[in-house]
Amino acid sequence: MLGRSANGIFWLFRYLERAENTARLIEAGFRMALTRDSGAASEEWRSVLVTLGLHAAFAARHGEDVTGAQVFNFVLRDRDNPASVLAMIEMARTNARMVRTGITREVWEAVNESWMKLKDMLARPVTEARLRDVLDAVRRQATQVRGAMEGTMLRNDIYYFARIGTAVERADNTARILDVKYYVLLPSLSAVGSSLDNVQWDNVLRAVAGERAYRWLNAGQMDPRGIARFLILDERFPRALAFCYDELSTNMALLAREYGFETEAHAIQRQGQEWLARLTIEAIFEQGLHQFIGEFLACNHRLAQQIQRDYRFVE
Amino acid sequence: MTSELPAEPSYDEMLEPDGTVRPAYEGYRRWLEAQPAGHLRRKGVEAEAFFRRTGITFNVYGAADAEERLIPFDPVPRIITATQWRKLSRGIDQRVRAINAFLHDLYHRQEIVRAGRVPERLLRDNAAYLPQMAGFTPPGGVYTHIVGIDLVRTGEDDFMVLEDNARTPSGVSYMLENRETMMAMFPELFTRVRVREVSDYPRRLARSLAACAPAAFAGDKPTVAVLTPGIYNSAYFEHAFLADQMGAELVEGSDLKVEGGRVAMRTTRGWQPVDVIYRRVDDDFLDPLSFNPSSVLGVAGIMDVYRAGGITIANAPGTGISDDKAIYSFMPEIVEFYTGEKPILPNVPTWRCSEPDALAYVLDNLADLVVKEVHGSGGYGMLIGPTSSKREIAAFSAKLRARPDNYIAQPTLSLSTVPIFTRAGLAPRHVDLRPFVLVSPHGIDITPGGLTRVALKKGSLVVNSSQGGGTKDSWVLDD
Repeated sequence: MLGRSANGIFWLFRYLERAENTARLIEAGFRMALTRDSGAASEEWRSVLVTLGLHAAFAARHGEDVTGAQVFNFVLRDRDNPASVLAMIEMARTNARMVRTGITREVWEAVNESWMKLKDMLARPVTEARLRDVLDAVRRQATQVRGAMEGTMLRNDIYYFARIGTAVERADNTARILDVKYYVLLPSLSAVGSSLDNVQWDNVLRAVAGERAYRWLNAGQMDPRGIARFLILDERFPRALAFCYDELSTNMALLAREYGFETEAHAIQRQGQEWLARLTIEAIFEQGLHQFIGEFLACNHRLAQQIQRDYRFVE
Repeated sequence: MTSELPAEPSYDEMLEPDGTVRPAYEGYRRWLEAQPAGHLRRKGVEAEAFFRRTGITFNVYGAADAEERLIPFDPVPRIITATQWRKLSRGIDQRVRAINAFLHDLYHRQEIVRAGRVPERLLRDNAAYLPQMAGFTPPGGVYTHIVGIDLVRTGEDDFMVLEDNARTPSGVSYMLENRETMMAMFPELFTRVRVREVSDYPRRLARSLAACAPAAFAGDKPTVAVLTPGIYNSAYFEHAFLADQMGAELVEGSDLKVEGGRVAMRTTRGWQPVDVIYRRVDDDFLDPLSFNPSSVLGVAGIMDVYRAGGITIANAPGTGISDDKAIYSFMPEIVEFYTGEKPILPNVPTWRCSEPDALAYVLDNLADLVVKEVHGSGGYGMLIGPTSSKREIAAFSAKLRARPDNYIAQPTLSLSTVPIFTRAGLAPRHVDLRPFVLVSPHGIDITPGGLTRVALKKGSLVVNSSQGGGTKDSWVLDD
């Protein structure tokens, strides 16, 4: 397979994953803002922008005053925001067109349909009344592409690169959400176990679609350390960092088997996975959650870069 | 009939002047009459949604807001009988054989020039003639691996060649998808009327290309790659479609480099040699070392590899000289010179404006003629006399006087019509036909049918997709 095609597949699935996670983040922010007074709601929206790394771009466009409608329109569809959900879907589609010969008709049509549908839905400003429909559509379209891929793609290097792209992006996104929310998960000075804490913790879980799984595993007991352990170390939860690294391990091993050789990226991946396996949540909190996440993001970024080099994504 | 049309009525392929159905359309017409009202319209809407979803689009140069536009598809098929097709095939076969012999001769001894049948100046001053090809014979002796012959019809047995597309003819993906669409929309129709298959074109193309592997190829299966200028090219969909259907790699210039006397592509496992390149970039952009130095679409040094037998390029560089419009007018002589036979398919009568008598005639009769640029394509830069205003004609006449050798002129042909489906029912529209021809050392292979382009505007004679034309499924009936 061409290095350029591997690059296209890798980024196609990174963009789709990022678009979906962004929609979840907005959904959680929206839900949170609805339950708060206006000052706290602005704070919530600001944290959505910070998580996405869009705070400065947003401020340049709208100033420091933050309203919900401005934020979700900026994040979803603003033409001045190259990282908008619409732009990501467009880039996903551009990549899909580029690798059209590497994906099945079903996958291509699912991606193309996502683009047509969202382009249409995001052609005019999104109101609060319409927001849920839009976010639903983003999630549903992403699910459709994933389903098409699972059901129709040959299990070969193309498929492995798609899965690797998804896992790298997802690990990155979960870590970023944790990073912005880590203060919520720190042992709080007051109001421990208050309803406000519960709402906030619930919100972190919602942002990664983990609220049901967590409640089911923990019989409804919310506790910050448990949530952090769940999102970082529980290899059963598909958005946990440990799960993503399992996924990377599996697909990179399959790739090595198909090609008959391992690369430097395999070593980096193994280091990361072993590091996660050694860690306990106690050790993470002792070291500092923020610092841990910083290290994790750096490792994940290094891995992505090395994959691109090892498999000649670009000249 | 509008004033845009020539005085005499056009030949309609479905109906005789008295309204009776011609034999080719009898089966179709019986089926059509049994369809409930509104059925075809509903299906037309379905087809458009299908094309959008599958991404069968066409990028139009110079239309920023319409980056990807659909070529309108009309659900009424264009039908050719087995007998008509047999005659057409013979004519096409003859013409394509002559084109390849002509190209070989032009790049070797130039017997036809020595014999005085084609003037030497047409080659000397022609940018499409590539001196880099002189004295070189491509692998298998094949110059035009893929040809699209544009045919027009003016009567029951009157088919003429309007253009020979011997560089990188496009449209074959529409031929294939149109058939898929028709079969998906009207499956029962195909059980009533026996139509010859087109769907194995990609397999035949792959086989045909593989049969032209270069001397350097060693192994059991040559590696074939489709070279595309990229996703912003107007025919990108087709490049991807063909690569996909052939199981070939779809490469861009940036994926390739010359290494160890071969052209290699950058894969996830390292650089791997390519044996046959089906290129969809023009000669000029193929090799920045040999041609346009600013090109980033091609591969630096590929011409040296080619000449040393390291790769096959399809179509061969320099084939454009054979479909040049100035050469076109000599095609009847060319066919006769190389095949020793009278041409089965005639040319459209053509005036070469480079000749003073012809120029004088053309200038006097601009209002009735179609004037084309010698090197133009896609319906750009031409004058259609009967539909142009006095002022347009005057402006064109000045251009023509300034550079007469840049133009040829043809009569405004009364192109045949086939009905299209409109809100008001069936209505006749002008069509042409582009059959696709594959050439390999094993022979010439013509896919039955081709791409029918149709001018959707009433009375219009311009069928180009870049100018608002549409397409139809083209049927050759089985005996």
